[in-house]
Amino acid sequence: MDLDSQLYRVEAHGSRDGALRRMIVRCVLVVLLACGAMGGACFGQSPVASSAVAASSQTDRITALEKKVAQDAAATAQAQSAGDNAWMLTSAALVLLMSGPGLALFYGGLVRKKNILGTMMQTFAMMAVITVLWALVTYSLAFGTGNAFIGGLHNVFLRGVGLTPDPAYAPTIPLQTYMVYQLMFAIITPALITGAFAERMKFSAMLVFMVLWAVIVYSPMAHMVWGVGGLLNATAVGGGGLAGRFPCLDFAGGTVVHVTSGVSALVTALYLGKRLGFPQKAFMPHSVVLSFIGACLLWFGWFGFNAGSALGAGSLATSAFVATHFGAAAGAIGWAAAEWIRSGKPSALGGISGAVAGLVAITPASGFVRPIDALWIGLIAGVFCFFMVVKVKNMFGYDDSLDAFGVHGAGGTLGAILTGFFANSVINPIFGAGKPTGFFEGNHGQVLNQLVGVGIGWGISITGTLLILVIVDTLIGLRVSEEDEREGLDLSQHGEEGYDWEAA
Amino acid sequence: MQKIEAVIQPSKLDAVKDALVEAGISGITIFEARGHGRQKGHTEFYRGREYAVDLLPKIKLELVVADEMVERAIQAIIGAARTGRIGDGKIFVSKVDEAIRIRNDERGEIAL
Repeated sequence: MDLDSQLYRVEAHGSRDGALRRMIVRCVLVVLLACGAMGGACFGQSPVASSAVAASSQTDRITALEKKVAQDAAATAQAQSAGDNAWMLTSAALVLLMSGPGLALFYGGLVRKKNILGTMMQTFAMMAVITVLWALVTYSLAFGTGNAFIGGLHNVFLRGVGLTPDPAYAPTIPLQTYMVYQLMFAIITPALITGAFAERMKFSAMLVFMVLWAVIVYSPMAHMVWGVGGLLNATAVGGGGLAGRFPCLDFAGGTVVHVTSGVSALVTALYLGKRLGFPQKAFMPHSVVLSFIGACLLWFGWFGFNAGSALGAGSLATSAFVATHFGAAAGAIGWAAAEWIRSGKPSALGGISGAVAGLVAITPASGFVRPIDALWIGLIAGVFCFFMVVKVKNMFGYDDSLDAFGVHGAGGTLGAILTGFFANSVINPIFGAGKPTGFFEGNHGQVLNQLVGVGIGWGISITGTLLILVIVDTLIGLRVSEEDEREGLDLSQHGEEGYDWEAA
Repeated sequence: MQKIEAVIQPSKLDAVKDALVEAGISGITIFEARGHGRQKGHTEFYRGREYAVDLLPKIKLELVVADEMVERAIQAIIGAARTGRIGDGKIFVSKVDEAIRIRNDERGEIAL
């Protein structure tokens, strides 16, 4: 059997470092041959007989060795795939945890008692509705093959989304793992918007709004940043045409998730108008305790969100994990310190809001920056979002009820821009080995690319959301009646109450 | 028989209860209430927005005692609930015409 064809088979067993492995095999063979020759000399057999025996036994040994190398390579690939898949399935579950109890509790605690179930149901409904929609059409629109702006319809009903990996997205995990992981992002993104229209939107209108939003805003944005051949996809640079024309660094969704949801939240809050009695009446959170638990679950789940975006269990996941944690911690300190100075007391709500702001801002940067840079990004975001929520919102007087824009829109925009400054090729040489990634490293144009990404995010969110709001308002009306709003969403929309203290 | 109604700070409930027991008074009913007198509440901050909370949590307690016990009960409550600051609360005393024990229909002071 010829050596090269054997070696080719070794490569075909799924190794990505074929050249390296071929070299190692050759070295091993050379050493083996040398040992064989030395062994023959030492035992002092007759030259003719020994060389004949050596030749046949060497061929056998080489064949056996090559077989073993091939088996090892296959086993290694399988082990890596299993490890990566284990982490990615865990991450997918962690991201769902951010919606399920996390965001639902965070938002639920911030509204008044009579709206807790209505608020939690808005997030929970996303877990059901967006999932079904994802299977039907939105996965295909976001990640199917299409043009630079949106995917096609090749993968509707998840056609062709099987258990073999798609190297275009993640070479070591089943495509279905990638699909379900991305689904969790598609669920939490619209759920974030619900914070802006809390306590006053019809449940039916909310459902229609979200379905349209997933199609018109989320799918194209996700495709542009992460989809094959996407306009903003940093890994598609040099793909020809518009693919990767503006390589925007967005590791885990600063633009796709937070800019789109935050900006759409602002548009919705402005379109819907204020809650009855805002801001004269007191709209105090009915349970900061629930919000506290929710925020801590968000922090916990965010490890899946960011470290999972490495799409494997390698060192990049560690780097993103560390950056995420550092960003959250610094964000909490930034907000709480600003509040302490301005209002005289550091509140629990301020601390947890700052942590979320830090997490939002570190999201696009998490797979590109060093731990110390993550601290800076978190700290800046904590102070900035505090300023947006406390100063800017009150200055303009819009009723972004739970600060979806102030935290996610503002923090996401800031984070996306800061990523352009802090991104470092030591962490992630996404533009090729030795090429600078961020501004501080010498790639000054990257900030512009980030701004293009942010600008497109803002643009598509404003126009798409406004269009959807007009459609839904015309068809079924967006707001609950005044009477229903006074009664609360729990009773008026769902016919039940969150709390019944009097029940024996 | 007289009824003593007292509005006190929630944090003083345990001390008042103990003082009343020490004074030899066994029956007491308490309510979790909200209200304000001259103190007129306080302010709370949530994400930079200031809210005036003018109805504060209070404890209201009611007890009906024999006439000769009234002053002892009042002193017990004052002694335990006073901090000297605004918001310590109020005591109201009124006459009670009849007391009836539901279990055996006893009437008057014996029913207390």
